[in-house]
Amino acid sequence: MLKISNLQAKIGDKEILKGLNLEVKAGEVHAIMGPNGAGKSTLASVLAGRDTYEVTGGSVDFDGTDLLELAPEERAAEGIFLAFQYPVEIPGVSTTNFLKTAVNEIRKYRGEEPMDAVQFLKMFKEKMKIVNIDQSLLNRALNEGFSGGEKKRNEIFQMAVLAPKLAILDETDSGLDIDALRIVAEGVNKLKSPDNATIVVTHYQRLLDYIVPDFVHVLYKGRIVKSGTKELALELEERGYDWIKEELGETV
Amino acid sequence: MNNTDLKTQLIADFKTAEGRMNGEAKSAVHQVRQQALERFDKLGFPTTKHEEWKYSNVKNLVNQAFEFNAVTNFSAEDLAEMPIPNLEGNILYFINGVYNAELSTIVSPQTELQILTFAEAAKTQPQLIEQYFNKYSDYQDNAFTALNTAFAQNGVFVHVPENKVVEQPIIIRFINDARTLNVAAQPRNLIVVGKRSEVQIAEAFRTIGENASFTNAVTEFVVAEEANVHYYKVQNESDKAYHIGTTSVLQAGKSVFTANTVTANGGFVRNNLNIKIDGEYAEANMFGLYIPNGKQHVDNHTAVDHAKPNSNSNELYKGILKGKSTGVFNGKIFVREDAQKTNAFQSCKNVLLSEDASMNTKPQLEIWADDVKCSHGTTTGQLNDDALFYMQARGISKDSAKALLTLAFAQDVIDKFEIASIKEYLQELITEKIYQD
Repeated sequence: MLKISNLQAKIGDKEILKGLNLEVKAGEVHAIMGPNGAGKSTLASVLAGRDTYEVTGGSVDFDGTDLLELAPEERAAEGIFLAFQYPVEIPGVSTTNFLKTAVNEIRKYRGEEPMDAVQFLKMFKEKMKIVNIDQSLLNRALNEGFSGGEKKRNEIFQMAVLAPKLAILDETDSGLDIDALRIVAEGVNKLKSPDNATIVVTHYQRLLDYIVPDFVHVLYKGRIVKSGTKELALELEERGYDWIKEELGETV
Repeated sequence: MNNTDLKTQLIADFKTAEGRMNGEAKSAVHQVRQQALERFDKLGFPTTKHEEWKYSNVKNLVNQAFEFNAVTNFSAEDLAEMPIPNLEGNILYFINGVYNAELSTIVSPQTELQILTFAEAAKTQPQLIEQYFNKYSDYQDNAFTALNTAFAQNGVFVHVPENKVVEQPIIIRFINDARTLNVAAQPRNLIVVGKRSEVQIAEAFRTIGENASFTNAVTEFVVAEEANVHYYKVQNESDKAYHIGTTSVLQAGKSVFTANTVTANGGFVRNNLNIKIDGEYAEANMFGLYIPNGKQHVDNHTAVDHAKPNSNSNELYKGILKGKSTGVFNGKIFVREDAQKTNAFQSCKNVLLSEDASMNTKPQLEIWADDVKCSHGTTTGQLNDDALFYMQARGISKDSAKALLTLAFAQDVIDKFEIASIKEYLQELITEKIYQD
């Protein structure tokens, strides 16, 4: 589904991704871990199309499409979804209104008929159950004054509505207590299917207790330096990252 | 035609009109007109050297010829081309500045509300007009107000007696018909609201046609004790329209006056809003929204004068500037020595949607009392990039995202409109303008 080859990206003069390779197939869950500053959030942003990062080399193939050629909204329409580490507060735009616009613009991109108010109501009701989100929250301005947990739940609700092929969860666990974490993770698990895939970007192992990955990758200095199964995450939790640096021949 | 020529033309017009008057030339109102003309003669049209006109250059306006007494064949069919859907209430039409009784509808009972044309009121109720006329709009320093005062005869006189809640709003539509020539109109409105009464008034300005239009409007409000007035000014004129408007308000104690000024379109717009709070426990609200594009220019000058203690003023103006448009906000707050315990808040927020648009803001606070709470803040910036990316990442195109964010920015001012038909009309107008290039 996704094939990242030798991806390089910088912000300003600072190179952050330095030849990253990753392949994700439908039905898989990949976790990307790594110390602070390794480039985890950069990878998530570059895949979503944030233009503050400049891609200087490599390629990203998404189901036969050159992802790097597309605008962020086109990537979303092709089926990429980024759950933000810090969802943006947008005063004056309600979550429902925002999502109706998003859904219909994506449908337009795909050459489908727009959904009407009744269809939306029905769909929203179904999806609300998945993340246990309240209607009153959806009527409020998008993320404005939401608690950390509400913001993340809202991200997963949006993911449920947009039903992406590839979801990238950027540090979704940050700022969540254990109950909120569990609700968010359950939501993600319910949305899992053989046809879609998930990339979980996280600093801590604890999210992976709830969203169990098929593969774990260690991102360090802009490259994936080690890959394994979920046991690797446990090992990282226990031993930290120094042993990986040692394996790479660095003095710690 | 140069500056002096338009001035000369207007002064000559005045003398001609005066020559045709009979007894009216001796009336008190006409005495004021004469004084105003003299003042206009002395002041002349302002240049950018004048502090109050530093960023608003009227050179292009005064270098054009206008017909001040245009009679055009504007009809009910033309009106149907520019509907405000679901418009209900007392609806008055002024075409090229002249009242059109045929198109107008007055539904409120006389006991609640008297609506007369200014000319009619000057004849039938000269004592009322004399009592209030030109007591609030100062023409000493403003050439346009002086000019309007000199020619004051068109416009409307609205009188709400004491203890009346006027159920139906008053909507005054001023339409300049510039299809065949450059037209000018100088409406003069006087609104007197009695003690403990309530009324909603909207002034809506519109132009049609490809020629230039010039509106020089003055509206005066006298708001008695405990009265509550909602005032709306809606401007949707052409790119070739010049609009200079002054609204002057005198508020007595415990009264509430709320002004909502929305400039959806217009080539060159200057709005002066002057409120004097001359009583205790009164409240003045000033809200505004302007969305110039192309080469449009919108200038809002507001002044609130706290003359008595314990009153509040709130001000929020928002600007969305596109293309090569320019905007000006000048907000004055005076707190006199006597006006202790005054609360005065002012805010002006602007979004520049293009690199070529510009905005000049100038808050001016003069505070002579020591126990007051005053604050002011102006911001001018771009749309939030993080918000734009967030919306794009959900599949919303950059243009739609910009429009949604811009509309959201404007929404709180639109929501202040309490006349449903006008609010809907504005919502559509503003949405359309935001989506336009």
